[in-house]
Amino acid sequence: MKIGLFIPCYIDAFYPDAGIATLELLEKLGQDVEYPLDQTCCGQPMGNSGCNSDAAAAEALFVRNFAKYDKIVMPSGSCTHHVRDNFDAIPQTDEVRHVRENTYELVEFLHDILKVDAFPWAEFNHTVGLHNSCGTLRALRTASMSELGEKPFSKPMDLLSKVKGIRFATPRRPDECCGFGGTFSVTEEAVSARMGVDKVRDHHQAGAEYIVSADSSCIMHQQGCAERAGVPIRFIHIAQILNGAAQ
Amino acid sequence: MSNKPVNHAKAAEHFLEDAPHLQFHDERLWDMRQKRDAQMHILPEWQELREEASRIKEHTLSRLPEYLEQFETNAKKNGIHVHWARDGAEHNRIVGEILKAHNARNLIKSKSMVTEECDMRPYLAKQGVTVTETDLGERIQQLDDQLPSHIVVPAVHKLTADVAKIFAKDYHTDPNIRDPHLLAEAQRQAARPVILHADAGMTGGNFVVAETGTFVVCTNEGNADLSATVPNLHIATIGIERLVPRMADMGVFIRLLSRSALGSPITQYTTHFRGPQKGGEMHVVLVDNGRSARLGMEDFWTSLKCIRCGACMNTCPVYRRSGGLSYGAVYSGPIGAIIDPTFNERKYSTLPYASTLNGSCTNVCPVKINIHEQLYKWRRVLVQHHEMPFVKREIMHMAGKLMGQPKMYRAAIKATEVSLSTMPRFVLYNWLNPWGKHRENPHPVKQTFNDWYRKNRETAKPAAAPETKK
Ligand code: SF4
Repeated sequence: MKIGLFIPCYIDAFYPDAGIATLELLEKLGQDVEYPLDQTCCGQPMGNSGCNSDAAAAEALFVRNFAKYDKIVMPSGSCTHHVRDNFDAIPQTDEVRHVRENTYELVEFLHDILKVDAFPWAEFNHTVGLHNSCGTLRALRTASMSELGEKPFSKPMDLLSKVKGIRFATPRRPDECCGFGGTFSVTEEAVSARMGVDKVRDHHQAGAEYIVSADSSCIMHQQGCAERAGVPIRFIHIAQILNGAAQ
Repeated sequence: MSNKPVNHAKAAEHFLEDAPHLQFHDERLWDMRQKRDAQMHILPEWQELREEASRIKEHTLSRLPEYLEQFETNAKKNGIHVHWARDGAEHNRIVGEILKAHNARNLIKSKSMVTEECDMRPYLAKQGVTVTETDLGERIQQLDDQLPSHIVVPAVHKLTADVAKIFAKDYHTDPNIRDPHLLAEAQRQAARPVILHADAGMTGGNFVVAETGTFVVCTNEGNADLSATVPNLHIATIGIERLVPRMADMGVFIRLLSRSALGSPITQYTTHFRGPQKGGEMHVVLVDNGRSARLGMEDFWTSLKCIRCGACMNTCPVYRRSGGLSYGAVYSGPIGAIIDPTFNERKYSTLPYASTLNGSCTNVCPVKINIHEQLYKWRRVLVQHHEMPFVKREIMHMAGKLMGQPKMYRAAIKATEVSLSTMPRFVLYNWLNPWGKHRENPHPVKQTFNDWYRKNRETAKPAAAPETKK
């Protein structure tokens, strides 16, 4: 199985450590991973804002980069959601369909495809609060949603609980959106920031030292809110913990 | 009426500045959402009920003309006068004429959003008819000259102190009352004489049953029943999408409605109206006002399934933090954001953007409307119809081009990093950069992932062999 690694733009530019951890983790798990150098973006920001035709160039490039791989893996739920569910600015050829059907968010790839049951190299002696982005939670369904009253399950939690030393804190509103929402974070800046502050306070009050997430976009937003509001909490991508983050 | 796009973001910012109101609003609605969850957990068949409700509504909407005619025939047999209103103006005219025929000058009314949609109150005022809202929340909003801010709890954005102030002005009560029961009592005392002397009563209707020619009104205060029965003339104003085919369908909806709305097992009063009371007259005005056009919209017709429970508002993190009035429309929150643009595409073009697309609304909706997917689709439609601000449109256009060209893109990323590390703070945090207004920017890094990969992984692989010089 040949894996193509996609690193979303904001991870590339602001959270390279999350990208490095993703690559190293997949390599530790014995995977054959390649990172096509000419990648940019999956097209989500354009699609999400309604300017779907403007997503065509990014989507076409994405397919050119990744069509040759058996699986495409990325450390981002919302980008995976875009590719899987909304990637239709370009004609739906066999290649495009192959890409859409074989794109995975890192957690679901580890959990559902590789079925990893141990991370012997990983230890994290901290209390963490898990933030599921709405993309991973409600679109990719990597965890149960409180509104549906379904039997609780959580793929990221399953993976994290295999890490030595880790403890969990549960916020009062575990699956409320943090307010990032792509361009929403800028066009509705006031509401967005308020949601972010409420979110990080909720985690902090529950006793979390770190907020861990499979989505760096939510982290970027929440970190900005926490720093401005003076909420003493740290942020880490789930790949970094599973890869055995420096403490 | 102005066509200018509603500035939801600005109105929301204003709402957010008032900490006590904001916190109360958020907590109160979240509490309703939690009560709803509790009710859902009691009923193991919850998801089946939602499925069934959705199925019944979709079926009805797919044969709406048939069922409407069936209702009309049966209602007439029951002695109900049935009227058809194509739009708000026609609705108001019909109501005005009925009132005139009875020489009715005092109309008491129990909440109906359709009349807000039609802008009925000002119309009737001009005809010399006084309209008095009898439900507490609606009355508060009427006295304060505001639209309802929530479908089920119209004055949910107000604190007790606000209500005390309003009542003090109009009812001459003590402005310092902080007991909600005392305020409700003040409203009751003020409303009773009006109800007793009213010439006509108006209600909405939650459900219309085709099979029986009847309609059902669900309320918690019981004023709809007073409005309907104390005066001899009862006018019910109802949207044409409120139909269900059979009486047997009602159980599904009654079980879902109040549980989804307030998290209570049932509304206090569920009244079936079959026909006029002795010596009285009953009129039903069936209002289209854009509904049949919406029925023809491929991506949006299922929004007509809505039973107006308000659950999508209660769960919506944006609604809870911006307040219903910020939507600048009769219908606010997630459901408003998908139906308001069908009333006026330009004016409500910003509402589909007042969402993070998190999808919680879709999950709570008792009739399974795919609300967040329709929000997404609306954005596409609005862009196609040029209802997006030019600057924003251009930014997306440029971004789209950039993302298709890796080399230019790499150069642009470099520029971003440089600017984040070297530009003075005041430039980054000025009004041109909304991100930084209430948030810190992301920290600059030494190298991008792409750079790191080129340095650390590329060399390890057999390089694209350079020509060996001999
Ligand atoms: S859209 Fe669904 S959740 Fe929202 S008010 Fe209508 S029925 Fe209730």
